[in-house]
Amino acid sequence: MAIIVNENTRLIVQGITGHQGQYHTGAMKEFGTNVVGGVTPGKGGMEVLGVPVFDTMREAVSATGANASIIYVPARFLKDAAFEAIDSGVKTVVIITEHVPVHDAMEILAFSHRKGVRVIGPNCPGIASPGKAKVGIMPNAIFKEGSTGVVSRSGTLTYEIVNSLTEAGIGQSTAVGIGGDPIIGTTFINALRMFQDDPQTERIVMVGEIGGTAEEEAAEFIREYVTKPVYSYIAGRTAPPGKRMGHAGAIIAKGRGTAESKIKALESVGVKVAKVPVEIADLIKKDI
Amino acid sequence: MKLFEYMAKEIFRMHGLPVPDGYVVESAEDIRDVRNPVVVKSQVPIGGRGKAGGIKFAESTETAREEAKGLLGSEVRGYRVKHILVEEKLDINDEFYISIMMDRSTRMPLLIASADGGVEIESVPENRIFKRTIDPTIGYNPYIGRELTKFTGLTGDTAKQVSFIAGKMYEIFRSEDAELVEINPLVLTEDGRVIAADGKMTINDDSLFRHPEYKGRDEELTPIERKAREKGIAFIQLDGDIGVIANGAGLTMATLDSLSLHGGKAGVFLDLGGTDSPEMVKSAFELMMEADPKVIFINIFGGITKSDTVATGLREALSSMDVKVPIIARIKGVNEERAIEILSSVGITAVSSLAEAAEIAVRRRNEAAGGD
Repeated sequence: MAIIVNENTRLIVQGITGHQGQYHTGAMKEFGTNVVGGVTPGKGGMEVLGVPVFDTMREAVSATGANASIIYVPARFLKDAAFEAIDSGVKTVVIITEHVPVHDAMEILAFSHRKGVRVIGPNCPGIASPGKAKVGIMPNAIFKEGSTGVVSRSGTLTYEIVNSLTEAGIGQSTAVGIGGDPIIGTTFINALRMFQDDPQTERIVMVGEIGGTAEEEAAEFIREYVTKPVYSYIAGRTAPPGKRMGHAGAIIAKGRGTAESKIKALESVGVKVAKVPVEIADLIKKDI
Repeated sequence: MKLFEYMAKEIFRMHGLPVPDGYVVESAEDIRDVRNPVVVKSQVPIGGRGKAGGIKFAESTETAREEAKGLLGSEVRGYRVKHILVEEKLDINDEFYISIMMDRSTRMPLLIASADGGVEIESVPENRIFKRTIDPTIGYNPYIGRELTKFTGLTGDTAKQVSFIAGKMYEIFRSEDAELVEINPLVLTEDGRVIAADGKMTINDDSLFRHPEYKGRDEELTPIERKAREKGIAFIQLDGDIGVIANGAGLTMATLDSLSLHGGKAGVFLDLGGTDSPEMVKSAFELMMEADPKVIFINIFGGITKSDTVATGLREALSSMDVKVPIIARIKGVNEERAIEILSSVGITAVSSLAEAAEIAVRRRNEAAGGD
């Protein structure tokens, strides 16, 4: 099973002829992802690593039967590329691009909502279901197939945690990085619901950070809906208020969005919260 | 990027949103002859100025200059005052609150208004606050203004003016790529005009590429932070003395947390982000040295940023600078073997566990600080 991406995923890479696009097309194929096509306007007819390149998403989808796309294009061209993807017939769009203007993000998500398309990101590392498919940029070597679902606002911190799970022998059903921006398509709540409903997933790891109230909202949802054990780590316990800690969304404003408030909310619904990232693996091991 | 009140009001004026007559000065001598009572307002990017003594009233040119002299160069709520806004004093009949912000939960612009203005909106009871998300693909339409004025109990010409202002605010919110446009208080004057007595705006940093007019206007940054921004590096000065370089915001925060568990405190937060250029790493390291840390802690989990890219940039930086500060490196992920090799060629031993590296970093910091 796993969530969102699996062996039936047929992927288009938007921006496939760029440096990042090419590199990660190779890495995704190695992971086992079925990359069926790429899109770069003006480069239709080319091939990248044996993958046919098209000029438009619509063309790519009708020629390949694709159901997902991943976008690597620079921020200033992102809105157009994302609209094109959402309008092309694919069901899942993963936006890797960082520094996306928030107004563009709001418009993209309003459109995706209307079209019933799942957007992951922007500013995210993507999603991987070990043994099935990866639509993202995470390093392949850190994953191991298993039954732990991982959802995180961070990129490299997700690698850190997935890696420590794998080193501890704890495999993953799916790991999804939802992105560090204030405006994102797939939320903790969306991912938690899917993991709860996914028969392969037996427990969930949720990696949060300071800023906003997504973790508090997730805690409320866990209370109502999630019966599987949830483990968490919240980055930024030592972050000072008022400073944007690298991620656009990671800011404590007017006393809201602190790590303490999130940890408290999560612990109050029975989530086990680790003090450092690697401790998550220890907490899980104690329970299994 | 937070705008000062005077900058927000310049934008309001350009869009035809009514603001008090006024002008900004950097020196008291530039204050023009005062004929009618004026307000002398220190320009700092933080609320609560009035209570902190940052707002004065004057009825003569002399007192206006006197008050401005007192405010310029002084500190208001931790910010040094460099600009003064001199404005006509309004005869206030009533005060309202109105703002448009990006709402993280609904992922849409959110219009908030209340007939109870002039106080912090957080202190107004929920049932007195009008909240309305606006679909960004449809935008603001007059019916939203009718809902607003109906809810807040505004009528007649006042209602018309407030609706007009709400529409203008949405126009500004969009055209300036703002995260927040706030007017508190929105004033109804004795003679029936509705005017933005204050103005607060935050421009989305990721949109600045399409707003060259804001270049160089961000006055909240320290000089090194400014330099970092120009180079596209996330660099934040904190109050400890361990310099942290990591890739990715979450990992950088986790590194700070790990240091603090071992009793250390970061002095700099430097996030390399998703770079893949050794040049970028080199200039990041140079910036780090400017901040004068006691120990440098490098924590890389290679992905888009490959470990050996970071190592190569570090080697280049070290060969061109005389660095005496101890460096602790923790390297993991894509091309880590190659990275460890490069680092050992310049005398840096890399550790693979974050906990262990954090512990060593704090120990070395305490040695370097001579046990203070």
